[in-house]
Amino acid sequence: MPLVAIADRALDVGALAQELAADGGVGAVATFVGLVRNQNAGRRVRYLEYEAYEPMAVRVLERILREAEQAWPGTRVAAHHRVGRLEIGEASVAIAAVSAHRGDAFAACRYTIERVKQILPVWKREHFDGGDVWLEGAAVHPDDEGARESAHRIACA
Amino acid sequence: MRVTVRLFARLRDLAGSGELVREVSGPATARAVWQNLVGEFPALAAYEDSMSVAVNADYARIEAELADGDEVAFLPPVSGG
Repeated sequence: MPLVAIADRALDVGALAQELAADGGVGAVATFVGLVRNQNAGRRVRYLEYEAYEPMAVRVLERILREAEQAWPGTRVAAHHRVGRLEIGEASVAIAAVSAHRGDAFAACRYTIERVKQILPVWKREHFDGGDVWLEGAAVHPDDEGARESAHRIACA
Repeated sequence: MRVTVRLFARLRDLAGSGELVREVSGPATARAVWQNLVGEFPALAAYEDSMSVAVNADYARIEAELADGDEVAFLPPVSGG
Protein backbone atom coordinates (compact mmCIF):
# COMPACT_ATOMS: atom_id res chain seq x y z
CA MET A 1 0.00 0.00 0.00
CA PRO A 2 1.45 3.41 -0.97
CA LEU A 3 2.07 5.84 1.87
CA VAL A 4 0.39 8.64 -0.06
CA ALA A 5 -2.61 8.40 -2.35
CA ILE A 6 -5.51 10.27 -3.86
CA ALA A 7 -8.11 7.52 -3.82
CA ASP A 8 -11.57 7.04 -5.30
CA ARG A 9 -12.40 4.19 -2.94
CA ALA A 10 -13.07 3.86 0.79
CA LEU A 11 -10.06 4.73 2.97
CA ASP A 12 -8.63 2.31 5.51
CA VAL A 13 -6.64 4.02 8.25
CA GLY A 14 -6.00 0.67 9.94
CA ALA A 15 -4.20 -0.60 6.87
CA LEU A 16 -2.07 2.57 6.78
CA ALA A 17 -1.16 2.10 10.45
CA GLN A 18 -0.35 -1.54 9.92
CA GLU A 19 1.88 -0.72 6.97
CA LEU A 20 3.89 1.74 9.08
CA ALA A 21 3.92 -0.28 12.30
CA ALA A 22 5.37 -3.41 10.72
CA ASP A 23 8.77 -2.20 11.96
CA GLY A 24 9.37 -3.55 15.49
CA GLY A 25 10.81 -0.23 16.68
CA VAL A 26 7.40 1.43 16.62
CA GLY A 27 5.91 2.08 20.06
CA ALA A 28 3.04 4.41 19.17
CA VAL A 29 0.53 4.90 16.38
CA ALA A 30 -1.60 8.04 16.11
CA THR A 31 -4.33 8.23 13.51
CA PHE A 32 -6.71 10.87 12.22
CA VAL A 33 -9.78 10.27 10.06
CA GLY A 34 -11.90 13.11 8.69
CA LEU A 35 -15.58 12.27 8.11
CA VAL A 36 -18.33 13.87 6.05
CA ARG A 37 -20.69 15.66 8.44
CA ASN A 38 -24.44 15.99 7.99
CA GLN A 39 -24.53 19.73 8.68
CA ASN A 40 -22.35 22.73 7.97
CA ALA A 41 -22.88 26.47 8.52
CA GLY A 42 -26.53 25.88 9.35
CA ARG A 43 -27.16 23.84 6.21
CA ARG A 44 -28.29 20.22 6.03
CA VAL A 45 -25.59 18.50 3.99
CA ARG A 46 -26.70 15.74 1.60
CA TYR A 47 -23.27 14.70 0.35
CA LEU A 48 -19.87 16.12 -0.61
CA GLU A 49 -18.03 15.95 -3.88
CA TYR A 50 -14.22 16.10 -3.70
CA GLU A 51 -11.94 17.05 -6.53
CA ALA A 52 -8.13 17.01 -6.62
CA TYR A 53 -5.39 18.18 -8.95
CA GLU A 54 -4.09 14.67 -8.66
CA PRO A 55 -0.42 14.66 -9.70
CA MET A 56 0.14 17.84 -7.74
CA ALA A 57 -1.79 16.56 -4.72
CA VAL A 58 0.37 13.42 -4.57
CA ARG A 59 3.52 15.55 -4.60
CA VAL A 60 2.15 17.92 -1.98
CA LEU A 61 1.22 14.99 0.28
CA GLU A 62 4.78 13.66 -0.11
CA ARG A 63 6.11 17.08 0.81
CA ILE A 64 3.91 17.30 3.92
CA LEU A 65 5.06 13.86 5.08
CA ARG A 66 8.71 14.87 4.60
CA GLU A 67 8.10 18.03 6.62
CA ALA A 68 6.51 16.07 9.46
CA GLU A 69 9.21 13.43 9.47
CA GLN A 70 11.91 16.12 9.57
CA ALA A 71 10.16 18.06 12.35
CA TRP A 72 9.83 14.91 14.51
CA PRO A 73 12.82 12.72 13.62
CA GLY A 74 12.08 9.03 13.86
CA THR A 75 8.40 9.42 12.98
CA ARG A 76 6.89 8.05 9.79
CA VAL A 77 3.62 9.23 8.34
CA ALA A 78 1.14 8.01 5.72
CA ALA A 79 -1.82 9.98 4.33
CA HIS A 80 -4.60 9.17 1.86
CA HIS A 81 -7.27 11.58 0.60
CA ARG A 82 -10.54 10.62 -1.07
CA VAL A 83 -12.01 12.12 -4.24
CA GLY A 84 -15.43 11.75 -5.85
CA ARG A 85 -18.85 11.66 -4.22
CA LEU A 86 -18.80 10.97 -0.46
CA GLU A 87 -21.88 10.22 1.59
CA ILE A 88 -22.45 11.35 5.17
CA GLY A 89 -20.17 9.44 7.53
CA GLU A 90 -17.64 8.42 4.89
CA ALA A 91 -13.95 9.13 5.46
CA SER A 92 -12.49 11.94 3.36
CA VAL A 93 -8.94 11.80 4.73
CA ALA A 94 -6.95 9.19 6.67
CA ILE A 95 -3.61 9.85 8.33
CA ALA A 96 -1.40 7.54 10.38
CA ALA A 97 1.81 8.51 12.16
CA VAL A 98 4.11 6.14 13.99
CA SER A 99 6.99 6.76 16.34
CA ALA A 100 8.86 5.19 19.23
CA HIS A 101 6.79 7.28 21.66
CA ARG A 102 3.28 8.77 21.68
CA GLY A 103 4.22 12.46 21.79
CA ASP A 104 5.91 12.55 18.42
CA ALA A 105 3.26 10.33 16.80
CA PHE A 106 0.42 12.64 17.94
CA ALA A 107 2.33 15.77 16.89
CA ALA A 108 3.27 14.46 13.45
CA CYS A 109 -0.32 13.33 12.83
CA ARG A 110 -1.78 16.70 13.86
CA TYR A 111 0.81 18.61 11.83
CA THR A 112 -0.05 16.56 8.76
CA ILE A 113 -3.79 17.34 8.86
CA GLU A 114 -3.09 21.03 9.51
CA ARG A 115 -0.82 21.17 6.44
CA VAL A 116 -3.39 19.23 4.37
CA LYS A 117 -5.89 21.96 5.22
CA GLN A 118 -3.40 24.66 4.22
CA ILE A 119 -1.84 23.47 0.98
CA LEU A 120 -3.27 20.22 -0.44
CA PRO A 121 -4.84 21.00 -3.86
CA VAL A 122 -8.19 19.38 -3.07
CA TRP A 123 -11.63 21.03 -3.08
CA LYS A 124 -15.02 20.01 -1.81
CA ARG A 125 -18.41 20.95 -3.19
CA GLU A 126 -21.12 20.75 -0.59
CA HIS A 127 -24.50 19.55 -1.80
CA PHE A 128 -27.10 20.64 0.73
CA ASP A 129 -30.89 20.88 0.90
CA GLY A 130 -31.61 23.58 -1.66
CA GLY A 131 -28.36 23.92 -3.55
CA ASP A 132 -24.62 23.41 -3.71
CA VAL A 133 -21.53 25.48 -3.04
CA TRP A 134 -17.78 25.08 -3.48
CA LEU A 135 -16.13 25.48 -0.08
CA GLU A 136 -12.96 27.56 -0.05
CA GLY A 137 -10.47 27.56 2.78
CA ALA A 138 -6.79 28.41 2.71
CA ALA A 139 -4.63 30.06 0.06
CA VAL A 140 -1.13 29.45 1.37
CA HIS A 141 2.13 28.95 -0.51
CA PRO A 142 3.95 25.89 0.89
CA ASP A 143 7.12 27.96 1.42
CA ASP A 144 5.22 30.43 3.62
CA GLU A 145 7.13 30.04 6.90
CA GLY A 146 4.41 31.67 8.98
CA ALA A 147 1.86 29.06 7.91
CA ARG A 148 4.29 26.23 8.58
CA GLU A 149 5.07 27.57 12.03
CA SER A 150 1.37 27.91 12.74
CA ALA A 151 0.80 24.23 11.85
CA HIS A 152 3.78 23.32 14.03
CA ARG A 153 2.44 25.32 16.98
CA ILE A 154 -0.97 23.64 16.72
CA ALA A 155 0.73 20.23 16.54
CA CYS A 156 2.61 20.91 19.74
CA ALA A 157 -0.26 22.48 21.67
CA MET B 1 4.20 29.54 -27.44
CA ARG B 2 1.43 27.26 -26.31
CA VAL B 3 0.44 26.49 -22.72
CA THR B 4 -2.20 24.27 -21.18
CA VAL B 5 -4.29 26.01 -18.54
CA ARG B 6 -5.90 23.92 -15.78
CA LEU B 7 -8.72 25.28 -13.64
CA PHE B 8 -10.29 23.62 -10.62
CA ALA B 9 -13.45 23.77 -8.53
CA ARG B 10 -15.26 27.11 -8.81
CA LEU B 11 -12.70 28.51 -11.27
CA ARG B 12 -13.52 25.64 -13.60
CA ASP B 13 -17.23 26.33 -13.24
CA LEU B 14 -16.73 30.04 -13.96
CA ALA B 15 -14.71 29.35 -17.11
CA GLY B 16 -16.90 26.46 -18.20
CA SER B 17 -13.87 24.20 -18.71
CA GLY B 18 -11.12 22.68 -16.62
CA GLU B 19 -8.54 22.53 -19.39
CA LEU B 20 -7.82 25.13 -22.04
CA VAL B 21 -4.97 25.42 -24.52
CA ARG B 22 -3.86 28.99 -25.13
CA GLU B 23 -1.28 30.70 -27.31
CA VAL B 24 0.72 33.39 -25.54
CA SER B 25 3.49 35.53 -26.96
CA GLY B 26 6.64 34.51 -25.11
CA PRO B 27 8.37 35.11 -22.85
CA ALA B 28 5.28 35.13 -20.69
CA THR B 29 4.63 34.76 -16.99
CA ALA B 30 1.78 32.94 -15.26
CA ARG B 31 0.42 36.40 -14.50
CA ALA B 32 0.13 37.20 -18.21
CA VAL B 33 -1.82 33.99 -18.81
CA TRP B 34 -4.09 34.81 -15.87
CA GLN B 35 -4.72 38.33 -17.16
CA ASN B 36 -5.66 36.97 -20.58
CA LEU B 37 -8.02 34.50 -18.91
CA VAL B 38 -9.69 37.24 -16.89
CA GLY B 39 -10.19 39.13 -20.15
CA GLU B 40 -11.88 36.06 -21.56
CA PHE B 41 -13.85 35.16 -18.39
CA PRO B 42 -14.33 38.37 -16.36
CA ALA B 43 -15.90 36.49 -13.40
CA LEU B 44 -12.45 35.05 -12.63
CA ALA B 45 -11.31 38.51 -11.52
CA ALA B 46 -12.92 37.85 -8.11
CA TYR B 47 -10.08 35.37 -7.48
CA GLU B 48 -7.25 37.79 -8.32
CA ASP B 49 -6.09 37.98 -4.69
CA SER B 50 -6.96 34.49 -3.47
CA MET B 51 -5.90 32.09 -6.24
CA SER B 52 -2.66 30.11 -6.14
CA VAL B 53 -0.54 29.13 -9.12
CA ALA B 54 1.07 25.84 -10.10
CA VAL B 55 3.38 25.21 -13.04
CA ASN B 56 3.72 21.60 -14.18
CA ALA B 57 1.91 20.41 -11.03
CA ASP B 58 4.16 22.22 -8.52
CA TYR B 59 3.33 25.36 -6.58
CA ALA B 60 4.82 28.39 -8.32
CA ARG B 61 4.78 32.16 -8.03
CA ILE B 62 2.55 34.25 -10.26
CA GLU B 63 5.71 35.84 -11.70
CA ALA B 64 7.01 32.43 -12.86
CA GLU B 65 8.24 32.45 -16.47
CA LEU B 66 6.53 29.83 -18.60
CA ALA B 67 8.04 27.68 -21.31
CA ASP B 68 6.38 26.29 -24.41
CA GLY B 69 4.30 23.26 -23.48
CA ASP B 70 4.01 24.11 -19.78
CA GLU B 71 0.87 23.31 -17.82
CA VAL B 72 -0.15 26.27 -15.68
CA ALA B 73 -2.90 25.79 -13.10
CA PHE B 74 -4.89 28.38 -11.20
CA LEU B 75 -6.21 27.11 -7.88
CA PRO B 76 -8.97 28.61 -5.75
CA PRO B 77 -8.42 28.42 -1.96
CA VAL B 78 -8.14 24.74 -1.06
CA SER B 79 -10.70 22.90 1.07
CA GLY B 80 -9.46 19.36 1.54
CA GLY B 81 -9.77 17.32 4.70
